[in-house]
Amino acid sequence: MAYETVIGLEVHVHLKTKTKAFCGCSTEFGNPPNTQVCPVCLGFPGSLPVLNTAALDHAIKVGIALNCTVQEYTKFDRKHYYYPDLPKNYQISQYDLPVSKDGFLDVGTRRIRIKRAHLEEDAGKLMHASQISLVDFNRSGVPLLEIVSEPDIRSPQEAYEYLAALKSILEYLEVSDCDMEKGSLRCDANVSIRPQGSRELGTKTELKNMNSFKAVKDALAFEITRQTELVEQGGQVVQDTRLWDPRESKTVSMRTKEEAKDYRYFPEPDLPPFIISKEKVEAVCKTISELPKEKLQRFVREYGLLESDARILVANKKDADYAEGLMRAWPDKNKKPVVNWLIGPLAAAASDHNTSISGLNIPGGNSELIKLVAFVEEGKVSNLTAKEVFSDSLASGTPASGIIQQKNLFQVSDTGTLDTYVQEAIRDNAPSVLAYRSGKANALMFLVGQVMKKTGGKANPKVVQEILKRRLDNA
Amino acid sequence: MEFHTLTAHELLPLIKDGKAEPLQVLRSLEKRIRGVDPRVKAYVRFHESLEHTEAKAGEGVLAGIPVTVKDIICTRDFNTECCSRILEGFRPPYDATVIRKLKEAGAIILGTKVNMDEFAFGSSTENSRFGPTHNPWDLARVPGGSSGGSSAAVAADEAIISLGTDTGGSIRQPASFCGVVGLKPTYGRVSRYGLIAFASSLDQIGPITKDVRDCALLMNTISGYDPHDSTSVDEPVPDYTAALTGDIKGLKIGIPDEYFVEGMDPEVKAIVGEAIQQLKKLGATHTPVSLPHTEYAVPVYYIIATAEASSNLARFDGVQYGWRAEAVKARGQNLIEMYSQTRGQAFGDEVKRRIILGTFALSHGYYDAYYLRALKVRTLIKNDFDAVFKQFDCIVTPTSPTPAFRIGEKAADPLQMYLSDIYTISVNLAGIPAISVPCGFTRNGLPVGLQILAKPFAEETLLRVAHAYEQSTAWHTMKPKL
Repeated sequence: MAYETVIGLEVHVHLKTKTKAFCGCSTEFGNPPNTQVCPVCLGFPGSLPVLNTAALDHAIKVGIALNCTVQEYTKFDRKHYYYPDLPKNYQISQYDLPVSKDGFLDVGTRRIRIKRAHLEEDAGKLMHASQISLVDFNRSGVPLLEIVSEPDIRSPQEAYEYLAALKSILEYLEVSDCDMEKGSLRCDANVSIRPQGSRELGTKTELKNMNSFKAVKDALAFEITRQTELVEQGGQVVQDTRLWDPRESKTVSMRTKEEAKDYRYFPEPDLPPFIISKEKVEAVCKTISELPKEKLQRFVREYGLLESDARILVANKKDADYAEGLMRAWPDKNKKPVVNWLIGPLAAAASDHNTSISGLNIPGGNSELIKLVAFVEEGKVSNLTAKEVFSDSLASGTPASGIIQQKNLFQVSDTGTLDTYVQEAIRDNAPSVLAYRSGKANALMFLVGQVMKKTGGKANPKVVQEILKRRLDNA
Repeated sequence: MEFHTLTAHELLPLIKDGKAEPLQVLRSLEKRIRGVDPRVKAYVRFHESLEHTEAKAGEGVLAGIPVTVKDIICTRDFNTECCSRILEGFRPPYDATVIRKLKEAGAIILGTKVNMDEFAFGSSTENSRFGPTHNPWDLARVPGGSSGGSSAAVAADEAIISLGTDTGGSIRQPASFCGVVGLKPTYGRVSRYGLIAFASSLDQIGPITKDVRDCALLMNTISGYDPHDSTSVDEPVPDYTAALTGDIKGLKIGIPDEYFVEGMDPEVKAIVGEAIQQLKKLGATHTPVSLPHTEYAVPVYYIIATAEASSNLARFDGVQYGWRAEAVKARGQNLIEMYSQTRGQAFGDEVKRRIILGTFALSHGYYDAYYLRALKVRTLIKNDFDAVFKQFDCIVTPTSPTPAFRIGEKAADPLQMYLSDIYTISVNLAGIPAISVPCGFTRNGLPVGLQILAKPFAEETLLRVAHAYEQSTAWHTMKPKL
């Protein structure tokens, strides 16, 4: 029987605010343990939370960008569970009145509905030594936005694309670093299968502990196979929470539904409800700059880009801004040459240097890059040479034009000089000349190659080919 | 001179004119505490003594006045344990906002705190890990609770002024039992920052004093909006002493039928009746009114208060501060074991009872039937008061249906104990202010309190009425024989 996969994702993102959600402590990452704490984020007796409105503004911004309804009336609730990294043994979260709900995110041609996005505080971090466990509360109270999708995702690949699109939007909004390694973006997945065509949902399992988008994809793929095999063998999926084990590449059951916690949600009495006025939403709306989709459309419109090229360029906001700067600096109306460089040599170099294209440190800056692309377009430097020069330039720190001049890498396009070499080639390779004249077009390329050899690769192959043709066809 | 017998407003000019040094006042107080506290037992951890108390008078409206603080309000320099084993040795890293304000006003915070029911759960101060406090008027009786230590200390001249906290009557009922003045401010009038929470939506800090003027003085200092407390309200703070005009002519008083019913001590009924006549003599008029949802106040209160308490007390787990079970320290293996041993051994019975009740009320499947319904009835109770205050300036009732009961008398019957708060609980649910002022004594010499209620932020009305009444009687001048 054919099965359909049903996936819903819960994404937690750290909101980029200077101070924590409910106190004035810094949210900076990577400092010595327990150096960014106060009675509030340590949950000390008598302390009280005060909402950082910057976190609320960020949450409203995300709600708008994800096409959600931003709720006029929102409140916080307490979610109870005991764990040593949770200093109050309850988390301030939102239960029935999240900041925003009922939105959507388009992934390719499919629309994934967003159920809700709510604010909450992060917990501290446990560190385990051999006999003891220690807690670092620097992260305790950092604002989180939990974005919950409806079960509209149909494959691990689509889950991957949803996450990439979501990350892109969050980066565009400048509300989060979205760095999974630093834990500023985390993702849990709910997955089930059902017979193709069925409308009922199958029994789901919840997957945790995936620390990259690829891990989410892999864990989902594993889990779908596991569930399918189980059902095909006549078994039943048990509702449970499972941990992804990246070393073993499998999911392992952590707890079943029967062991599920009763969080005993109730309204947080220390924080009065918040009214979010229409004016407020409009004001936040005005602070939203262009989103990926709009930028893509504009790139196509303004710079005549192919949609496929534009899609690559807009994925990351910084890179998109960088690309646009480069396209503007390119004097010609046809931007294809720079675009090819951006998604070709620059992207490759960025990947080699473990950075993004906007993070590359190009010697001499963008003007050197523009010069280099212009050399290629004008036929002064061959494409291959230019790529090598670019790579040398990054490695040595010498501007590209300097390398070209030092090594004299300009192509020879002067017809007078090249004609001498062409005549030599005709003279020395009679059989090839004969072959060409008898209709073997390939023989011409051999003769071009001979000229290139004689000029040490500096001849402009196009010009060489033209001269050769003229001489052979007219003789 | 026996400075400890004086009020703050009597001491202030003496200190200002150099007739009393703050250290002399403190010594006088310490001598009194050493003399009578072995019998009253208002103070806890007195071995810390007053030596650590800094006797320097700063500048300010309360310069040099010693303040006695309930063991539930955080003080950076001194232990704050809520009279619970679980907070043994806990010294907060910060001062509560009220403490900061008092220090800024030049007041001296006593380094030893006063007794209370553990985490303020109780009406008799019997639920303290340090043992019960005794009523200065009859040492065999309770001082009321949970601010029994504050009230007993003020009544016994072991304190000049004191801070208590009130979640369901914990300032007013002990003030009434001990013959002193106690005010529960409007919810949001006084910052809760640094008050270790019992029930966050009900708790307020308030004054317990020897007379109404001191009460007004203390309110001047502790009231006001606090950016650290989102539930505090940004209402201007008037000079409360300016409200003490002595004039209540034309005042319209409502007397709720529901508060004068069966089960009420006949002596209390008679004494409160006389007090109402006295208010009439002073120019007030009184009319019967109805607060129809009164009968639901106790059950609603015990759902909301215990639900919030079960959540607020979740943080006491032995991880970061306070007491941790020894056996577990040694094993250190099992997390759940550490939680259950620590909480099981360090919390008293009443605390456990309320945590269990509250946990149940918030549990999946019961929330709607209990907590949500209680919130709805709470709104009805508040609406009752709103309706009355549209026509009346204040409501007058007894503070408690009985005078102070015997130590141990109700300890075995939590329901009987809970009923001793029936006249005070509605006030917290409605968030309105109320004051208890002494209004007479029973034949056995036990004080009785008169409770006055007003609309939100009408503390001036309460103080004006209480002061006019007090000044026309001599009850506040009576002292227990110790």
